[in-house]
Parts: sequence; structure tokens; C-alpha cells
Amino acid sequence: MTTLADQFQPGTFVDALRFIVDNVGFLLHLAGEQLELSFAAIGIALVLALPLGLWLGHKHRGLFLAASVSNVGRALPSLVLIAIGLVVFGLGFWNNTAALVVLAVPPILTNAYFAVDGVDPDVVEAARGMGLSEREVLTQVELPLGLPLVVAGIRIATIFVIATATIASIAGGGGLGDVIVNQASYGLAGVVGAALCVSLLAFLAAMLLGLLHRAVSPRHGSGA
Amino acid sequence: MIVAAGPVIPNFGRGSPCEVNNGTFCTDWVRAHWSDTLQPALVQHIELALIAVAIGFAIAFLLALVGLRVRVLDAPIGYWADFLYTIPSLALFQLLVPITGITVLTVEIALVSYTLLVLYRNMVEGLRAVPAEVIESARGAGFTRTQTFLRVELPLATPAIMAGVRIATVSTISIATVAAFVIPKGLGYPLFIALREDVFKTEIFAAGALAVALALTADALLHLLERALTPWTRRVRHA
Repeated sequence: MTTLADQFQPGTFVDALRFIVDNVGFLLHLAGEQLELSFAAIGIALVLALPLGLWLGHKHRGLFLAASVSNVGRALPSLVLIAIGLVVFGLGFWNNTAALVVLAVPPILTNAYFAVDGVDPDVVEAARGMGLSEREVLTQVELPLGLPLVVAGIRIATIFVIATATIASIAGGGGLGDVIVNQASYGLAGVVGAALCVSLLAFLAAMLLGLLHRAVSPRHGSGA
Repeated sequence: MIVAAGPVIPNFGRGSPCEVNNGTFCTDWVRAHWSDTLQPALVQHIELALIAVAIGFAIAFLLALVGLRVRVLDAPIGYWADFLYTIPSLALFQLLVPITGITVLTVEIALVSYTLLVLYRNMVEGLRAVPAEVIESARGAGFTRTQTFLRVELPLATPAIMAGVRIATVSTISIATVAAFVIPKGLGYPLFIALREDVFKTEIFAAGALAVALALTADALLHLLERALTPWTRRVRHA
């Protein structure tokens, strides 16, 4: 029985960096695959969850739905979703995409709901009083004011999706996870190198959305 | 990378017709392998999650005390916790393997890391939200600093702290399934085996359902604990 511990050497991280340098093209290709899968899932989740969450929040209806979607969503382990995706859809594009969409919908939906639901009712009334239509109230008043929370939800969904897209490689998802779960071919240095790359990828995505979050947040926010 | 030890998982080439044909859900398989596969995995899963949340709670609590006392450290601690949170679980497990080996320790370090963000944020925000006047009056009534903290601030922050504990517990139970990539423990392991063995459906559904049920049960129990700890909130709660 060979375990990773048997192969432990202090220079593993140095070897991992060397692996990255030696395989830049290959790793970039895998990172591209992973981003493609992740973007597809987040895109679909946005189309499904964002309008619904915003609309429910605007109507102040569906609190139970918004709250339970996020609770149940959190309780669904990503590995379980990947496995069930494989059972339901078989190997292909949809098994992992569907699993990732299911994972991405709850934070987007719930945050969109609470973002709009929590906008100061006086401000909304004032906007209605000025003659804005319901649609305009939502897009010109509620959405801009709730945007920080909406973006925070998208950020969390993105972190979940990139992390789970890594696991999706065991169900044919491709991406950097292919190297991480295949120590037999790439060795510990490869596994650790790919793990570093995927961490960097997730960190960059989270940072970009964090900057976006900061850009749409009021400077002296009252703790929105 | 998967250690070929642990419970022997039967391949579905043998057994009942349902198992041989990989039927959607073979209750006979679940009955036959509850005690040698599912139950041990469930127990291990509970252990992994309990240890992680307990240690995460202790660390986050100490960090929150530091963050509240030394305000300049609050933002850096938050950023560090957020940074840990962004690392994909599978990657974090593997990054720790060269340091701590294929051990429960590796898994626990990663699981604890993921609890810190939500626990720290909720503790700091909960404690910070205690009105200054309330603290002043407690001090004025002759409470020492420690007494004020233990008997006034902490109880008032309990709803926020418990909300964090619930989220952290449910997330940890979820992420602990990924631990199976490193050690053959927890409900992720039967899932992993079932995926490897030509997607054995029964095992996937059974282990998956157990993981979800465990998370929801833990959440419900913690909700009850929260209510028991904060009996005074029931009167003002608008149900």
C-alpha cells in the first residue's frame, strides 16, 4: 500500500512549482476547461435564480422559499450532487453542469431576494410617488441599492462552483481536478502543483468579485 | 491516492438481481450493507464534523476576542479567514498532505479552516451589536469586565453566534464528504467507491441521502439548542 505520506519529502512544494513551470501550457488548458464549466454553470444559475430572487424580493413574497432554498442548498454536499448528476444524466456535459447549477442557485437566489426585500420601504414609496413603474422601481431603485448583497451572493456561488468543478473531474468534468485525482500519472508534485493552481484560480475569481463588490458598495455604507 | 483499505465494498456483479442490474435503489443492498458500510461511514462522518466544528468554534472564539479587543487586527483576521474559505476543498486537502500526511489531522485542518469565516464573522458581529449602554449599566451595577462579558454580552450575542454555528456545521458535514479523497472515512467514501465501481446507484443514493439527512438533522438540533439557550428571545420573536 503506497500512501502519499510514504512519498513525503521536504521538497514537495519545490517539485510542485517545478511541475507548474514545466507544464504551464497543459495546466492553462485544464484551467480553461474548468473555467468553461464554471462559467456555464454560473451563467445558467444567474439566468434562473437572479430574476426570480429579485422579483420575489420586490413583491416581498416567498420568504419561506428564499430561506429554505439556502438552507437545503447548503446541506447538499457537492460530491453527492456530482454523483447524482452522473446517475441522472450519465457521462457528458450535463451531469456536472447540472450539479454545479444546483449548487450555485441557492446563494444567488437568497441574496437577490434579501437584497431587494431589505431596501428601505420609504425609498421605494418615494420612487413610486415620483411615478416610476414597478419595473423601474426594481431596476432603478431596488437593484442599485441591493447590488452589494446581490454581488456577494454571486461571489459565494462562484467560490462554491470553482471548488466543486475541481471535484467534478471524477465524473468526467475535466479541469485541474484531472491532475489532482490522478496521482498515479502525475505524482505528488503534480497533485500539489495542480492544487496550487486551482487555489490560485479560485482566489483570483473571489478577488475579482470582491473588488466588484467593493465598487458597487457605498463608501460609507450603513453596514449593508 | 485512495487508500485501498477500509470496509470491503462488494461490486454489484454479485448479489440480488437488482444489484446485478444496478437498479435505481436496491433496498436489499442497503439492508445487507448497513452495518458494514453505511453505519460506520455515518459514525465517522459525525466524528469528523463534530471535531472540526468544536475546534473551529474554539479558534474562532479566541480570534473574535482578539479582533474585538484589537480593532486593527479585525480586518486582517477576516481577510485570512476569507482567503482560507476560497481555497477549493479538494485542493486544500492535497496541499496539506505533504505536510501532515494521509491522516485525520489533514482532513480536520482543512475542515476547521472552512468553519472559521462564518464563525468569526458571526461572533464579532454578534458581540459588537451589544449596545454600549447595556454594557455600561452592567458595569454600573457592579459587574466586573469578565462577568459583564459572560453574563451580558455573550448571552445577547448567542443568536448570532448560533446562526454561525448552524451554517458552519451544515457546511462542514457537506465538505466532509470530500475527505474521502484523502482518507477512507465518512459518507464520502461509499460515494467515492460507488462512483469508481461503474456508478453503483443504490450506494450513491443511500450515502447521499444519509449525508443530507445528517446535515438537516444537525441543523434542527442546533436550532433547538439555540432556543433553549435564549429563552428570552421567544417572547419578542414574531413567528
